Amino acid sequence: MDVLIHHIIGKYNYWLYTILMMIGLYAMIAKNNLIKKLVGMNIFQTAIILFYVSIACKKGATIPIIEEHGGSVAGHAIRVADYINPLPHVLMLTAIVVSVSTFGVALALAVKIYQKYKTLEEDEILMRLRDK
Amino acid sequence: MTHNFPVLIVTVPLLSAFIISGLSWVKKSLCFPVALLALGTSVFCAIGLLFRVLDLGVVEYHMGGWMPPWGIAYRVDLLNGLMLVIVSLVALTNLVATHRTVVADFPEKHGTFYTLYVLFVTGLMGISVTGDVFNLYVLLEITSLTAYALIALGQPDRAPLASLNYVFIGTIGACFYLLGIGYLYIMTGSLNMADIASLLPPIYHSKAVLVAFIFCMVGVCTKMAFFPLHVWLPNAYTYAPDAATSVIAPLMTKVMVYVMIRLVFSVFLPDFSFHVLHISHAFVWLACLAIVMGSLLALSQKNIKTMLTYIIVSEIGYMVGGFWLGNRLGMSGAILHILNDAIMTLCLFLAVGNISYKIRELDFVHLKGLFRKMPITMAAFVAGGLSAIGVPPTCGFFSKWYLISGAIQAGQYGFMLALLFSSLVNVVLFFRIIEIAYFEPMEPHNDTTGLKGSIIEAPLTMLVPLLIVAVSLVVVGIYSGDIVTTLIAPILPKGIG
Repeated sequence: MDVLIHHIIGKYNYWLYTILMMIGLYAMIAKNNLIKKLVGMNIFQTAIILFYVSIACKKGATIPIIEEHGGSVAGHAIRVADYINPLPHVLMLTAIVVSVSTFGVALALAVKIYQKYKTLEEDEILMRLRDK
Repeated sequence: MTHNFPVLIVTVPLLSAFIISGLSWVKKSLCFPVALLALGTSVFCAIGLLFRVLDLGVVEYHMGGWMPPWGIAYRVDLLNGLMLVIVSLVALTNLVATHRTVVADFPEKHGTFYTLYVLFVTGLMGISVTGDVFNLYVLLEITSLTAYALIALGQPDRAPLASLNYVFIGTIGACFYLLGIGYLYIMTGSLNMADIASLLPPIYHSKAVLVAFIFCMVGVCTKMAFFPLHVWLPNAYTYAPDAATSVIAPLMTKVMVYVMIRLVFSVFLPDFSFHVLHISHAFVWLACLAIVMGSLLALSQKNIKTMLTYIIVSEIGYMVGGFWLGNRLGMSGAILHILNDAIMTLCLFLAVGNISYKIRELDFVHLKGLFRKMPITMAAFVAGGLSAIGVPPTCGFFSKWYLISGAIQAGQYGFMLALLFSSLVNVVLFFRIIEIAYFEPMEPHNDTTGLKGSIIEAPLTMLVPLLIVAVSLVVVGIYSGDIVTTLIAPILPKGIG
């Protein structure tokens, strides 16, 4: 039982990101509407962002801006454990940019498809393509 | 100057892309020369860099002077030196060859097209040159985003939908790769390839490293269209504009095969990938499946461009399977095949581009009598076809020879049979087209010029690059022994038997 609790409660961030990711993946596979698929894709990407941000966390640590002790840092050794790891956040800024631009390109394509077929339901589009 | 080659290869096209997009508002006719200049500089830098690597060994470049584990390092050895030359040369040749097509297809928008084109090549160069796993992800997404846009410029009925499907699957692939490097970061706290490689060996048996490996491989395999994950490729490449297909098809998948090789050689190390994990057999069997299914699906196509896209699916199987054979012959064959397949695919798609420039239709029924109308284009197409079949002295023969010898040495007879099967299927595929185009009489209704039976060959700017590519198929074939001993043999790690 202890092992189970350790695995579920102790690592809840991994469980959360996995569940979110699966919700996104499910939407991308099972939904028929192209916009819903896109939202699924966005959830999928956001889950990964959450994963990265959560691994930077440290218990009792603060934001990674060095506190000045009486005007000079030199006198004090900086304790790494006091500050959360900023690198994953920086990486995720880039990943957010990527996901926003992917979403933008995908929405532009969806607009094009809508102009052409007057619908965003995938089965209707495929049916029309088959009729041709 | 020579010291800055690794970074110039990426920054020159990147900045040119912005200049081109600005110029497209001011003076459209300048877009092409600027793109030409940018890619020309890249070719110059890439070739210079390859010679530098041959002379001095590995070349490193530290971005902004930050030392590797903290800063981003560009690291060029022979493997990516070769990749950079392939990418830049293919991109430049295709740029020149398709100029007419681009102007004809996008009279208003060719500035946009060239912006995307140059950005796409920038991304591929960046993927090849970088020594940082996260930087690789960002450049991978730059490449993919521009590829989505380039594909969507194609046939208005189908291209946006094909491109959107590619967006969905491509994004999942890139996300898996991102997750994989997330796990690597948790385990090692580093993103630099060399640094990760030095930190990994003590924790090889950790489950998190295994998960990282699996996520990275699934992501990369999705992006390279390895068989069960290939569904996005045929439609996307078929409905893309011809000028874009002939650069995306030869380069995108090949660069992703390079990424797989790079991850195994420089991040996870061959020791882990081949000896700790025992998955090389599974990969080889999947590759057999990819080769056989790609060939069979190609057989059932009636459009020449779609047929070629399925041939790409089976060629990916050659490279992945050859690499995971795990011996020197197989790996040499796989790396040589990256080069050969890039030239071969470029040749075939340029020929198809010429045909579609003149005939506008690419279904088999419209190809009747084409040898009389476009003799030079069809000759180049046949050269590409012979290389895909593997007829000596074209380069396709030599890489296949290495792959088959590697398969026999590793005792993987299934892979050998799959290679032979796919060669036989390619014979059928290409001779069917040759038969239609050579022996069947012309139909009057597809004679667009009105001059029945006269030659309607594509313009010289399209023919000359095509012929250069076709000739280089044979030249690379003849020199493939030298290429393997000077360029490929030193790349392979020592432990490989």
